Amino acid sequence: MDSGDGVVHAEITVTVNGAARRLRVDTRVSLLDLLREELGLTGAKKGCDHGQCGACTVLLDGRRANACLALAVAQDGAEVVTVEGLAGGDRLSPLQQAFLDEDAFQCGYCTPGQLCSATGMLDEAARGRPSAVTPPGDGPPELDDAEIRERMSGNLCRCGAYVNIVAAVRAAAGEAAR
Amino acid sequence: MRPFAYERATTAGAARAAHTGDAAYLGGGTNLVDLMRLGVAVPDRLIDVSGLAHDRIERRDDGAIVIGAGVRNSDLAADRTVRAELPVLSQAVLAGASGQIRNQATTGGNLLQRTRCPYFQDVTKPCNKREPGSGCAARDGENHNHAILGHTLTCVATHPSDMAVALTALDASVHLHGRDPLPLAELYRLPHDDASRDTTLAPGDLITAVEVPPPGMPSAYRKVRERASYAFALVSAAVALDVADGAVRGCRIALGGVAHRPWRAYRAERLLTGMPATEESFRRAALAEMENAEPLRDNGYKVPLTANLVCRTLSDLASGEGGRP
Ligand SMILES: Cc1cc2nc3c(=O)[nH]c(=O)nc-3n(C[C@H](O)[C@H](O)[C@H](O)COP(=O)(O)OP(=O)(O)OC[C@H]3O[C@@H](n4cnc5c(N)ncnc54)[C@H](O)[C@@H]3O)c2cc1C
Ligand code: SF4
Ligand code: FES
Ligand code: FES
Repeated sequence: MDSGDGVVHAEITVTVNGAARRLRVDTRVSLLDLLREELGLTGAKKGCDHGQCGACTVLLDGRRANACLALAVAQDGAEVVTVEGLAGGDRLSPLQQAFLDEDAFQCGYCTPGQLCSATGMLDEAARGRPSAVTPPGDGPPELDDAEIRERMSGNLCRCGAYVNIVAAVRAAAGEAAR
Repeated sequence: MRPFAYERATTAGAARAAHTGDAAYLGGGTNLVDLMRLGVAVPDRLIDVSGLAHDRIERRDDGAIVIGAGVRNSDLAADRTVRAELPVLSQAVLAGASGQIRNQATTGGNLLQRTRCPYFQDVTKPCNKREPGSGCAARDGENHNHAILGHTLTCVATHPSDMAVALTALDASVHLHGRDPLPLAELYRLPHDDASRDTTLAPGDLITAVEVPPPGMPSAYRKVRERASYAFALVSAAVALDVADGAVRGCRIALGGVAHRPWRAYRAERLLTGMPATEESFRRAALAEMENAEPLRDNGYKVPLTANLVCRTLSDLASGEGGRP
């Protein structure tokens, strides 16, 4: 649909944190801008807009993804979960609770991305998916600190809260394994 | 960003037919969307091919492994057959980008991602790849991560894909809609006097799959970079090695980060075949491959680094470390 000035719009339906939304989007809009500017979900952050920092990480059809590199128009029919959708009402997810317990942030800017990324990562590990540091073999990877660091390397933290982020993810992984 | 039309293709034929003028195929978008935002890519129409039925990894009766162009990088790296029989490929994919990006990126898009030369990405700088005839800002500019082999006055950029290096060592080919398959050795090109083309593909050529011949040799991928993870290669090596009775029966070596294309080290391979599988032979072969290297102002370090990396990866494979067949 060309609106005269060359700008093209399209209709899409996306499910965001459980609610189906029908939206008209400029084809150029990223999923990140759609969430932040159109839907008022400002949890996902724009750190770089080039895929280099992970602050915009959301779960896209259950898998972690950088929303800044995803075009909104290409997400017709997709299911999106943002940091706003991780808790069950007022009950934090075990990972969110672990971030509080371990003091896994300073300014908090990277935290929504860290949380969504770690949520997706724990699911990947539980499904036996390898990382660059996983030894050969078919067994489920053991999430030691080297694995956590490698798997979370797509999320930068300008404050350098990495030590506590690793601790929080380790705690949540241990909880999930029990 | 220039406005563009968007359509989701449902068949390869429809995608191919829709590709006219300034159109571009959209895979995961992790490279294309970035380049559009930077003003480097300015398509007027995106044809989304990520939903085509090219999303499976299959073993053919002849033993070849066929990877659909739409298979996501993370799914490729996690595939049981690929992990067990093509460790170099799984390792190369996992050595690239981040968990998020690998979930989004497709096999076809990974192969056709564009160089990370910073001047290519900066539309205010001369760049023969982006704007033929404008010059090459990297030749006399900051070029610590540029090519040491096969470059010309026209362009000194390197190919950024880790996956492509592994597939080059594996003698893979791409399947193209409506065309004969093309070996990777003929897909990628050196810049010569035209840097605008990274590959020999014609506009609108659609990759539908990648075919890897039946695996045989143990293999491994090694990558050197400026931080431990989530960084492009300074140099990398994909190596497959077959040793029998202490001698090299066969080997394949491809290098990343050194040239405009994944660089197959044919010279080293020839020198090694039939030689004792010792560190001495490995070193001699690796150094021979580097004899033609022409480092630029800032990247002389890549010559010994590449030789050491090749030698070390061969040694590890010979001693049984690294990939199973
Ligand atoms: C921060 C960051 C770090 C990265 N680090 C690494 C790294 O360390 N190693 C590495 O190898 N890569 C790295 N990458 C690059 C990443 O691997 C690529 O962006 C990705 O593989 C591209 O796949 P895509 O499906 O998203 O391609 P797209 O962006 O969708 O497309 C890329 C190109 O391929 C074309 N195309 C797509 N599919 C087809 C098809 N089927 N047939 C014909 N043409 C097609 C498109 O038109 C476009 O020109 C990194 C990227 C980022 C953003
Ligand atoms: S090296 Fe190639 S890509 Fe980089 S500025 Fe020169 S011509 Fe452009
Ligand atoms: S804002 Fe998306 S990765 Fe930085
Ligand atoms: S807590 Fe400040 S960027 Fe991570």
